[in-house]
Amino acid sequence: MKLSLLEGNEAMAWGAYHAGCRFFAGYPISPATTIFNTMLRILPPCGGTVLQAEDEISALGCCIGASMGGLKAMTATSGPGLSLCSEQISFAIGSEIPLVIAEVQRLGPSTGSATRGADGDIQFMRWGNSGGMPLIVLAPVDIADCFTLTAEAFNLAEAYRCPVILASNKEIGLTRESIDLKTLRWPKRIDRSPPSGNDPFLPFKSLPGKNVPGFLPIGGNHIVRQTSSTHGAPGYITTDPNEIAAMLERMKQKIEADVDKFTFAEAVIEPKAETMILCYGVTARAAKAVCNTLKAEGKPVSLLILKTLWPVPENFIRQKTEQVTNILVPEMNLGQYVREIERILKHKHIEFLGQMDGRLITPDRIKEVLNDKFAQ
Amino acid sequence: MTSLLNKNRPPVFCPGCSHERILHALDKAFEHMGLQGNQIAIVSDIGCSGLFDTFFNTHALHGLHGRALTYAAGLKMARPELNIVVTMGDGGLGIGGAHLLAACRRNLNLTLLILNNFNFGMTGGQFSPTTPCHSSGGSGFLGMMEKPVDVGKVAVAAGASFAARASAYQKDLPALMEQAIRFKGFSIIDIQGICPGRYLKQNKLTPKQIDENLKQLSPLNGPVPENIRPEYSSVYREHAASQEPVNLPEGIEARFRPPQPGRQEVILLGSAGQRILTAGEILGIAGLSAGLNVTQKNDYNVTVLTGPSVSEIILSPEKIDYTGITSPAAVIVLAPEGVARREDLFGNLDHKTLVIQASDVEIPFTRAKIVQADFKGKRIKKTDRALAALRILAGMNRVLSPEMLDAALKERFKEKI
Repeated sequence: MKLSLLEGNEAMAWGAYHAGCRFFAGYPISPATTIFNTMLRILPPCGGTVLQAEDEISALGCCIGASMGGLKAMTATSGPGLSLCSEQISFAIGSEIPLVIAEVQRLGPSTGSATRGADGDIQFMRWGNSGGMPLIVLAPVDIADCFTLTAEAFNLAEAYRCPVILASNKEIGLTRESIDLKTLRWPKRIDRSPPSGNDPFLPFKSLPGKNVPGFLPIGGNHIVRQTSSTHGAPGYITTDPNEIAAMLERMKQKIEADVDKFTFAEAVIEPKAETMILCYGVTARAAKAVCNTLKAEGKPVSLLILKTLWPVPENFIRQKTEQVTNILVPEMNLGQYVREIERILKHKHIEFLGQMDGRLITPDRIKEVLNDKFAQ
Repeated sequence: MTSLLNKNRPPVFCPGCSHERILHALDKAFEHMGLQGNQIAIVSDIGCSGLFDTFFNTHALHGLHGRALTYAAGLKMARPELNIVVTMGDGGLGIGGAHLLAACRRNLNLTLLILNNFNFGMTGGQFSPTTPCHSSGGSGFLGMMEKPVDVGKVAVAAGASFAARASAYQKDLPALMEQAIRFKGFSIIDIQGICPGRYLKQNKLTPKQIDENLKQLSPLNGPVPENIRPEYSSVYREHAASQEPVNLPEGIEARFRPPQPGRQEVILLGSAGQRILTAGEILGIAGLSAGLNVTQKNDYNVTVLTGPSVSEIILSPEKIDYTGITSPAAVIVLAPEGVARREDLFGNLDHKTLVIQASDVEIPFTRAKIVQADFKGKRIKKTDRALAALRILAGMNRVLSPEMLDAALKERFKEKI
């Protein structure tokens, strides 16, 4: 066994490289900059491109251009930068452009605290686009996730032709952690599918039996159109309400109807436990510590760690929470994902533990709230 | 030689719109160059100029207002052989101003056509960055107060290596466009024209006036001698080829036994510039050399050489969940800034914790065992104190052994210590 010590951010850069990412554009921002730094070491020597953009709007714009040119592209940013990315995210959603955005969250609102952690952008990632169409958000917990979930993010971006956001946190991205790299389980690499059959290429015509169109790059032999305007299959503006409705419904379905196929999670279901901690991101680490302690004390609670946050894996959550009556949702914000849990599990006793002060939620605090709220 | 205009989608510009003349001029330029549709990408954004891509049988990328140059930059790096023509209006010039400056400075081989008709046509004739002060339009008196910008001058100042001004009505416009497209570097043409749908409703402007206006300005008609330099993507590829490839770390074989069993937590309390994070990393690597799981959680401010720097390192034979420190085996005190950040820590410590205290730094009352270190007296530089403290810790065989520390130093500095 050989152990290495890496930052979560470095691991994300390597995960991207491993997935085939050959284009990165970014703008310096704490606490995401070391992804940019690492990409700058990895990509240029292997023929890839790294650009330092004039702002985050441009960084994601460059990624859109490169992705349409046929490359797997990524940017990395934090909350203030994600705000600027918003219009380009809407474009990538509505025009089905594969992209990965690593968001290493810092304490907000606004410029907030550049070097303190938070999970304050969880709803913003989902709803921070015009039109409100779905995208995919994955949340790593530790260094191994930073490697493999980044690779999964690229696979999903390619398979579903959509932007995928990695919801990291300063406390994951800038934390160094040991790992035996030989134990990593890399997913099989997925590339965007070319169009099928011999029909003339239409850039937004779905592949047979699928909700995702085949892809050809701008700059290849076939002429390709890409547009941010409301379009039909040929990529020209359409004003036909039926055509518009069908296209948007397809784009919603392609992501939401398939979530069971890409629900990443860890569940520790204790057979007799009535209480569960349901969490994501770095807070899951404190929750694991609590579960271990409580089990040792003979008072086990169940644990559900979601790594696919959007679309909400509703079936999976319902199934895993069947036997519990009490659920605690701890988050490094003042109440975001808990809204989804309350929406899905209307008849359970759901409590929220929020903290937004730049510090991790401690295992002691979680334990205290469990005792208070559910009279353990 | 054939036209690349899309016969199924004839232009939909207002009668008399100069955009249509520019459209045909561009088609003539493509035709004269003998280009096929798949050798060209038209990148456009919002406004009447943003309709351009639909009228050609070429690759097309149409996006958000003012952002066309951002898409073009990524596309050009991905597809260096592609001829990329970007169209923007004078409105896009304003909202995408930062991208224009960046494109001029970067010098990627792109051609930017500014379809400058002195107002926001599509939304009702509001003033744009090029609207003359004396004109009237959709913004009422607001349009009369701001000085219009000469985009040619701005482009030259920002480093454009090819810059020209032109009238949409001049006969040699196709030739000028061809020259710009063939130019190896960033080229921009400010093409001034007339918007009959909006601007002409309240203002007078004729092709002759445009000519006269252009004559008033210092001429700009092609390569800008002081900005001539190699094109970005070719320089990029030269630099990139000289970079050393990197690999994931090999990893460190477990060779030593840790001096104490079980989980060991260490916290370094220092200030920025004291190499606190490096010391934390070295302690972490020392942990790897004993086959231990390691986490290193850091806490510092945005300032670079001032302010607190705190590093929390956990070494453990078990998997580490929570990365914060709860009962440290050792607290290393190197600067008051770090102590202030964790003042509440000291009251909770007992005799099982070892505090290595720089003798010139005060700490709150604690029951922990204290070892004073006179770094100042021993003339150990501020930047070396964190490492010296690790040496003391290793010397006492606490948390890490001297062998573990030596192995870590060797690994981290690759013999260059």
